[in-house]
Amino acid sequence: MSVSRLSFRRLAGAVSLGLALASGAVHAAGEQYFPLQSYRVGPYAAGGTGFFGGFIDYMQLINTRDGGVNGVKLTWSECETEYVVEKGVECYERLKKGLNGAPAAATNPLSVGIAYATLDRSTADRIPLITINHGRTDSTDGSVFPYVFPLQLNPYSEVSAIVNYVGQREGGFEKLKGKKIVTLYHGSPYGKETIPILDILAKKYGFTVTHIEVPHPGTEQQSQWLNIRRIKPDWVILRGWGVMNPVALKTAAKTGFPVDHVIGNIWSNSEDDAAPAGDVAKGYISITTHPAGTDFPVLKDIEKHVLKAGKGNLQDPKRFGNVYYNLGVVNGILNVEAVRIAQAKFGKRPLTGEEVRWGFEHLNIDNKRLQELGAVGLVQNLKLSCADHEGGGAVRFQQWDGAHWKVISDWVQADRALLRPIIEKSAAAYAKEKGITPRNCAKES
Amino acid sequence: MLSLTGSGQFSTRYAQDRRIFRLWQARAGLAVLLAVAYVVVPLWASDYWFSAILIPFLVLSLAGLGLNLLTGYAGQLSLGSAAFMAIGAFAAYNFQLRVEGLPFLVSFVLGGLVAAVAGVVSGLPSLRIKGFYLIVSTLAAQFIVEWTLTKFGWFSNFNPSGVITAPPLVMLGTDLSSPAGRYLLTLSVVTALFALAGRIVRSDLGRNWMAVRDMDTAAAVIGIPVVRTKLLAFAISSFFCGVAGSLWAFAYLGTVEPHGFDLNRSFQVLFIIIIGGMGSILGNFLGAAFVVLLPLLLSNLGGSLLAGVIAPGDTENLQKILFGVLIIVFLIREPEGLASLWRGLWARARVWPLRD
Repeated sequence: MSVSRLSFRRLAGAVSLGLALASGAVHAAGEQYFPLQSYRVGPYAAGGTGFFGGFIDYMQLINTRDGGVNGVKLTWSECETEYVVEKGVECYERLKKGLNGAPAAATNPLSVGIAYATLDRSTADRIPLITINHGRTDSTDGSVFPYVFPLQLNPYSEVSAIVNYVGQREGGFEKLKGKKIVTLYHGSPYGKETIPILDILAKKYGFTVTHIEVPHPGTEQQSQWLNIRRIKPDWVILRGWGVMNPVALKTAAKTGFPVDHVIGNIWSNSEDDAAPAGDVAKGYISITTHPAGTDFPVLKDIEKHVLKAGKGNLQDPKRFGNVYYNLGVVNGILNVEAVRIAQAKFGKRPLTGEEVRWGFEHLNIDNKRLQELGAVGLVQNLKLSCADHEGGGAVRFQQWDGAHWKVISDWVQADRALLRPIIEKSAAAYAKEKGITPRNCAKES
Repeated sequence: MLSLTGSGQFSTRYAQDRRIFRLWQARAGLAVLLAVAYVVVPLWASDYWFSAILIPFLVLSLAGLGLNLLTGYAGQLSLGSAAFMAIGAFAAYNFQLRVEGLPFLVSFVLGGLVAAVAGVVSGLPSLRIKGFYLIVSTLAAQFIVEWTLTKFGWFSNFNPSGVITAPPLVMLGTDLSSPAGRYLLTLSVVTALFALAGRIVRSDLGRNWMAVRDMDTAAAVIGIPVVRTKLLAFAISSFFCGVAGSLWAFAYLGTVEPHGFDLNRSFQVLFIIIIGGMGSILGNFLGAAFVVLLPLLLSNLGGSLLAGVIAPGDTENLQKILFGVLIIVFLIREPEGLASLWRGLWARARVWPLRD
């Protein structure tokens, strides 16, 4: 019994020590803090390590090359979410207060589930919630979701662009009539987000669409692909994530579906999605907003100032410049630009989340700015406003040659005019359900 | 010097003798604990404590209690706790959505009742099969419920992502959506249901449960209605789990999808009662504390002590290893769970400073 009693006492000691460490904050102002709800273990670790590796390396670059943003150094700390919602919420609550007096600029959970769960919290705490290339589609309407930013590409734009591309490939939208498309989606809020919009597009263009779910994490897809073989679709849209993607490609090959008629979405487009499937993945098509590669000047700078100095975040240096990594860099660029724009208005000091939010809402990345950033071709032109928190809406298509992604199309624009009323309607319904009074964007500066 | 001896405390009426806490010292301790939980904690705690530690701790204690009534007291093994939590949450959401002006607490209760009905249905096999075989049938409930809620959009009001969001938590004109408000809401519901469970397990029904658990043939022989007893165990257990599910969805996360209540959640609840102690009310709190707080503690410690020393992904895996080792150590030292450790400490304290 005495040993058990001792262990209790030790436990109590450890508890108080941990709490003291968790709350003990040394004041070191003058820095801008990025809370990172990262994930480096679990089935989605490939995405997490790449994305957060790129994000951190870019912030490191800003610190070492430029001495921070206008002299304000960037700082960050990580909290592991494993892509699990509760852990993400816990991390959000743990990190939101800032670090050692440095205020939090924005959260970037890279998980739709966590984004949904922290959406209300971010708004109440006045910290921007960035869901680059994913997220809740109707949060594009910034009048209802002032703190949420599905930057570059929301899920509706994504499928709309894919359908536009399929139309091109078939030789015009009228040829889509009678075609069969299957979407194979990840069984999560992220995967399901696009079901209604695909139904609308199917009605508009006269093709039939079948939605087939793959339960998380998606390591077994035999029955789904047998079903696809029975349907005999012209195209399969793959809305996968993590390990589900290579399994889908392998199973497609096994059941005899041509992978060059499988189009991967923005979370099925990395080397880590195609390469594990081996030779059978050759010909697989996917969309991208951020091509892989290390030739962009900004990546060269990262290599020179961060990697060569031994400060790189990636454990496996071979992943430098891959799709996930470059998305992290793009995300870093957009976050830092928002801080820079907000500093121009509010002063060159660490900013509150509310001030950084203004910066995001006034993001304006044109070709000139891209040139200065060394990111031409890596980032698309982006202009946000109070009403439009997405800003871009264009993708390119790339094809896997067995070792690398080759870009095979120019920018394909989503039909944003068609999507806008649907987004506004959905946002208005949300506002009504939640009792939110939308901002009047005409009056916002 | 506060002594825990019961000397001089005599029961003069039957009601006194039937009390759960027969020592005035225990009653005073409970009163102090409740006062701390209701008054001191809301004044002192930060958002992080409310939203990331206390609320999930309380909700999982309640879910653990639900399963403990079924498994610890009535002896029926189940792996379907998360399914009943999901039913509770989705039913409460739909009552909120479809019945105008329904107070949300009422919809929590209705959600719990729907879960209870589902619990009875999935408990029917328990009349024929026992033990591991029953686990399989409750496992079926787990998968069927998750599949149903995902497959039919009606349950999530055709939300494209299959996610339900919390109704406004307003009661009698008071907005409880702040972290402290959600904590107090959770605490009140949990306190009430724990008090109820404490009464149930000491009632006829509770004694019947234990008789069935220990040997159901013998229980039948002495005239205990085994069928009714088992099904009531399923119903009441599922009710508790259902309410816990509503709290999880609406007071803790604010939003939930069916996969938030997957098999892992069922396992988590099962671990809570195994670690905390089967057939114990207090054990649910201890087990939930172990399962919720310890990983957080390890993660906080790892984050601050090991940051920069080891790669973040490795610290995460180290924490998992450490947590697993701790579970094994605890179970070897105390196979009856933390509650039995507590009972030992209490017994020692009662005779202190003498030795037992």
